[in-house]
Amino acid sequence: MQYKSQAVAKPYFIAAIALFTGQILFGLIMGLQYVVGDFLFPYIPFNIARMVHTNLLIVWLLFGFMGAAYYMIPEETETELFSPKLAIAMFWIFLVAGALTIVGYLALPYAKLAELTGNDLLATMGREFLEQPLITKVGIVIVALAFLFNLTMTMLKGRKTAISLVLMLGLWGLAIFFLFSFYNPHNLVLDKFYWWWVVHLWVEGVWELILGALLAFVLIKVTGVDREVIEKWLYVIITLTLITGIIGTGHHYFWIGTPEYWQWWGSIFSALEPIPFFAMTVFAFNMVNRRRRDHPNKAATLWALGTGVMSFLGAGVWGFLHTLAPVNYFTHGTQITAAHGHMAFYGAYAMVVLCIISYAMPILRGRAANSNKAQVLEMWSFWLMTVSMVFITLFLTAAGILQVWLQRFSDTPISFMAAQDQISLFYWMREWAGVVFLIGLVIYITSFFIKGETKAAA
Amino acid sequence: MERLSLAELTRINAVARTDAHHAPQAVLYSDIQWGGSMSGTFTKSMARNIFYGGTVFFALLFLALTFDTMKEVPKRDNRANLTEAVINGKKLWEVNNCIGCHTLLGEGAYFAPELGNVYPRRGPEFIKAWIQSQPTGAPGRRQMPNFGFTDKELDDLVEFLKYSSEINTANWPPNIEG
Repeated sequence: MQYKSQAVAKPYFIAAIALFTGQILFGLIMGLQYVVGDFLFPYIPFNIARMVHTNLLIVWLLFGFMGAAYYMIPEETETELFSPKLAIAMFWIFLVAGALTIVGYLALPYAKLAELTGNDLLATMGREFLEQPLITKVGIVIVALAFLFNLTMTMLKGRKTAISLVLMLGLWGLAIFFLFSFYNPHNLVLDKFYWWWVVHLWVEGVWELILGALLAFVLIKVTGVDREVIEKWLYVIITLTLITGIIGTGHHYFWIGTPEYWQWWGSIFSALEPIPFFAMTVFAFNMVNRRRRDHPNKAATLWALGTGVMSFLGAGVWGFLHTLAPVNYFTHGTQITAAHGHMAFYGAYAMVVLCIISYAMPILRGRAANSNKAQVLEMWSFWLMTVSMVFITLFLTAAGILQVWLQRFSDTPISFMAAQDQISLFYWMREWAGVVFLIGLVIYITSFFIKGETKAAA
Repeated sequence: MERLSLAELTRINAVARTDAHHAPQAVLYSDIQWGGSMSGTFTKSMARNIFYGGTVFFALLFLALTFDTMKEVPKRDNRANLTEAVINGKKLWEVNNCIGCHTLLGEGAYFAPELGNVYPRRGPEFIKAWIQSQPTGAPGRRQMPNFGFTDKELDDLVEFLKYSSEINTANWPPNIEG
């Protein structure tokens, strides 16, 4: 560790992994509810489990991004963090607020939670991914502002690299677009239109800047390739991201009451969205092939390559599969969407956070890299989680194709629930793939506790 | 990119041969990376400028399209029927997290049927009776909670679903099954 204050990243990473585990457990509950409909009913109805599953995902990724930023920014700016104390205080506030929110979801009927937390003052709850109570949303804004203040002050007093600039741009964008979660007009079309300014402009916009910056940072460290080269790639990739992704928002504006010209804008620009992900894959492999050193942390390199490939497959290929308006007309809101969502989030965001954790955590624990034994275990967990996610995606895609056929494309369409019964085999297979994912995750966590010969950190 | 003299290049190369890890060979290495003549002309600062220029251009284009959309949506979004009942129905829809199982105009969760067109599919009386009769308790079947709605709340929810079904969605969904 080059700067003492980088140590604040450690609790963020630990919390991220803990919440990730919770996310997977709730994913398994929901997966089972797809085939054993009354599983855990009425204690954990599906809508509650789903809210916990998706909210935990968002929160653990935010913990990961924050930890990454606290680790990277001192090293990039070559100065200590502006206020490590503020970073630690924000950690506890965010963790407690997040935990209380999840407890609220599970312990109270959602309508009661809304009533108790001031939803009548400003109704923001009950929209997909933005289900958090008003006070939690305000808390997120406060934590984000304190976090951005801390890092911006650090940057102002230190070296300004392209990586840190792009990272900060992404994080500022994340905070700014979240503000649209407070806007919930009665008009359903406008509600949906601006809801996407949070959701799409996050995951297909500013979050990709964060992804690019994290990946670039790790690649500089593990390959030793010159910063000039890596940062030029980074700029090219994020240029491609935003010139396709901003107008690409239009692929959500096909069927929600918005003008029909969006079918053209959305189809054309989002058809180009795989390009930046492809560039990212080429980037990762190119840099590793041209490496000028053999970093002892093989696992981190594997995650870096993995996130390139899997984000291209999940976000790029699986996104393209259903993004053209004539195709989306039939696939919109089916298991095809779920398939894409799973691999894209895992490949792009879960994996890049696991990548930076893999790189930084050994250093935070006082060694350049984990022991060979620990790394072998971590790489096993990489393959188990990644391959099982590929299968989850394939099974959901198969389920989705059948669903579209039975319910929407056939000459004699059948009802939603009748179609669900027909495709339950694929839901069972998805659930088993999910169990393998959990095994991978358990092995991942175990790898942190494996001792063995290690080299001291440089 | 800085222009280097031949003497400097020779010196850098000499350092590079003896100490590969600390050689100041940024310029040279990036030449190798991008290959050919492109390397000399395409620099990091150019990439950065294209990033900022491109982002600003497409953000402005997006804002222009948004502006036009805001002008166009009144013809399609059924705002004339945004009554008190519909507004209350939307709030009930939200505070009971209906989107956690159902889709509405194709967005939401994929566990339970699309409700954007449930009004024409089932009609108001069926919808109310269905909501009231939940959960079915049928073993192994997906269960919907009972939300204990009053008669007025049920009417408001149905009004909201009716309003939603009258939004012009460019003929989506493909058929009445949603």
